Amino acid sequence: MISPISQIPTTPDGARVQAGGRVLASDERGIMLGDALGVARVDGVRGAPGDLVVVEGEARGGALVDAAIVTRHASRHADLGDVRRFVFDGIGRALVARQSALDAVRAYFADERFLEVTTPVRVPSPGLDPHLEGVEASGAYLVTSPEVQMKRLLVGGVPRCFQIGPCFRADERGRLHHPEFTMVEWYRAWAGWQDVLTDTERLVQRVAVAVSGQPRLRAGERELDATPPFERVRVRDAFAEHAGVDADALVELAAHDHDAYFRLMVDVIEPSLAASTRPVFLVDFPASHASLARRCPDDPRFAERFELYAAGVELCNGFGELTDAAEQRARFADDLRVRRARGLAEPPVDERFLRALDEGMPPSAGNALGLDRLLMLAVGARSISDVVAFDPDSL
Amino acid sequence: MDTSDIRKNLKIMLDGSPYTVVDFQFVKPGKGQAFTRVKIRNLATGAVLERTFKSGEKLEPADVEERKLQYIYPEGDAYVFMDSATGDQVYVSGDKLDEQDKNFLLENLDVDIVLWNGNAIGVTLPAHVVVQITHSDPGVKGDTASNVTKPATISTGAQIQVPLFISEGEWVKVDTRTGDYLERVNRR
Repeated sequence: MISPISQIPTTPDGARVQAGGRVLASDERGIMLGDALGVARVDGVRGAPGDLVVVEGEARGGALVDAAIVTRHASRHADLGDVRRFVFDGIGRALVARQSALDAVRAYFADERFLEVTTPVRVPSPGLDPHLEGVEASGAYLVTSPEVQMKRLLVGGVPRCFQIGPCFRADERGRLHHPEFTMVEWYRAWAGWQDVLTDTERLVQRVAVAVSGQPRLRAGERELDATPPFERVRVRDAFAEHAGVDADALVELAAHDHDAYFRLMVDVIEPSLAASTRPVFLVDFPASHASLARRCPDDPRFAERFELYAAGVELCNGFGELTDAAEQRARFADDLRVRRARGLAEPPVDERFLRALDEGMPPSAGNALGLDRLLMLAVGARSISDVVAFDPDSL
Repeated sequence: MDTSDIRKNLKIMLDGSPYTVVDFQFVKPGKGQAFTRVKIRNLATGAVLERTFKSGEKLEPADVEERKLQYIYPEGDAYVFMDSATGDQVYVSGDKLDEQDKNFLLENLDVDIVLWNGNAIGVTLPAHVVVQITHSDPGVKGDTASNVTKPATISTGAQIQVPLFISEGEWVKVDTRTGDYLERVNRR
């Protein structure tokens, strides 16, 4: 039997074994042989970087000694593709971290007695938010988020559910954006948005610990302490402090000058949050920018929407959920008006979702968290491209 | 052309000046308007600045061309360069050249020239050049401190500082940005 070379460091001394892997480097003593998951020294053989070899030798101190080549396949491409990505660039190790993160997420929700669900990826309507473009898929759309179907589960009597799955958003591509990414989304019935804020803090901490052994996130040279509780900053306070815009002006700006509102958001507010040495929640968004959130009971100009920022990276978007069918229908109509005015696609209104709200949705709160971004910060990577098996460029 | 065409080294017009894209980033606040944040360099002045464009915003391409040309001779206040492949000649007025750079414009030197609407707006010399010392008084004997320098005139007529051991007729490598002596070069 041939062992993967990454298992050699845990092979007992003295065993005579065959191991397969990719030559990473060579020197006068032998070679470094590796695969996507690990690397070991092999003494007594030669090879060129990129060669796929099977060696036989004696395990000693995590290495193979007195080794000989059994088979060799020389790489025919000077510029390695997948081997470079997974073995040399360390994406293989990021995938191991990804598994730790997935295990941590599932363990948290199991502790909290959530049901893990899988709802369809292809749906009749991708949602109407004018800032999210769905991807068409033969007469239907790929989900921008599984929100609508998960809320129908709440109506149907599933009190707590979570899902880990792909979401699709057309035209998004950058260090923190891929057109397809992995979302962790969850909903709690009979609960408020504060409960989901607590879920979020604890989930971020558990993922960080699972990946790095410590409640720590990293961005470049910076380290953030991910021990709860995280600070909560109201949108109106952030705008007042950093942009000199008071609550009345903010409500006006958010409703009538989207361009100016979002420019302040990306140029002033987000950078100010990025300076924090801990993750920070931005809470209570203007109601005009929270189309599926419940209005704040004490000030209906704002809504129960929150986002978590760590090192300037937005990690999630959650709501105290809107459960009023009539108001939801009105907000969909508003979204469609904006879409028409901007010449955007006009997907259908999901009537089954509105009907479900009409049947009665329990008071609920939920959150959608970008797993790739959280993992990026947990391992200290620069881009979400470094923590997924294939990014758009390598696909 | 719009923000989806933004790439590194894309040439765009902004506020009446040509710029080149140094870096760019897709920015999108949660459930919000998408932007492209760019770091751009003014091709005429070299100044670098950041701008945030709304996604889909139209951009004006800049008619900018970068060419490697050979310096041939001065003509009045201008400097004449030539494309050695086509024989095309390009006149660059003196005010488009850095004063320091003028000291190191050697005959047949290859330089990078940025042309905007056919006019040269920027000239970049190689990071270092090799020049011949045409005149320099001998160093004072016995003074061996290594950081002591003396003035020397080079073939372009400019004056630089060289170590005492450099004598007339020798070749030296010079940093064109600072004008500093780098090393002695053996050349017959």
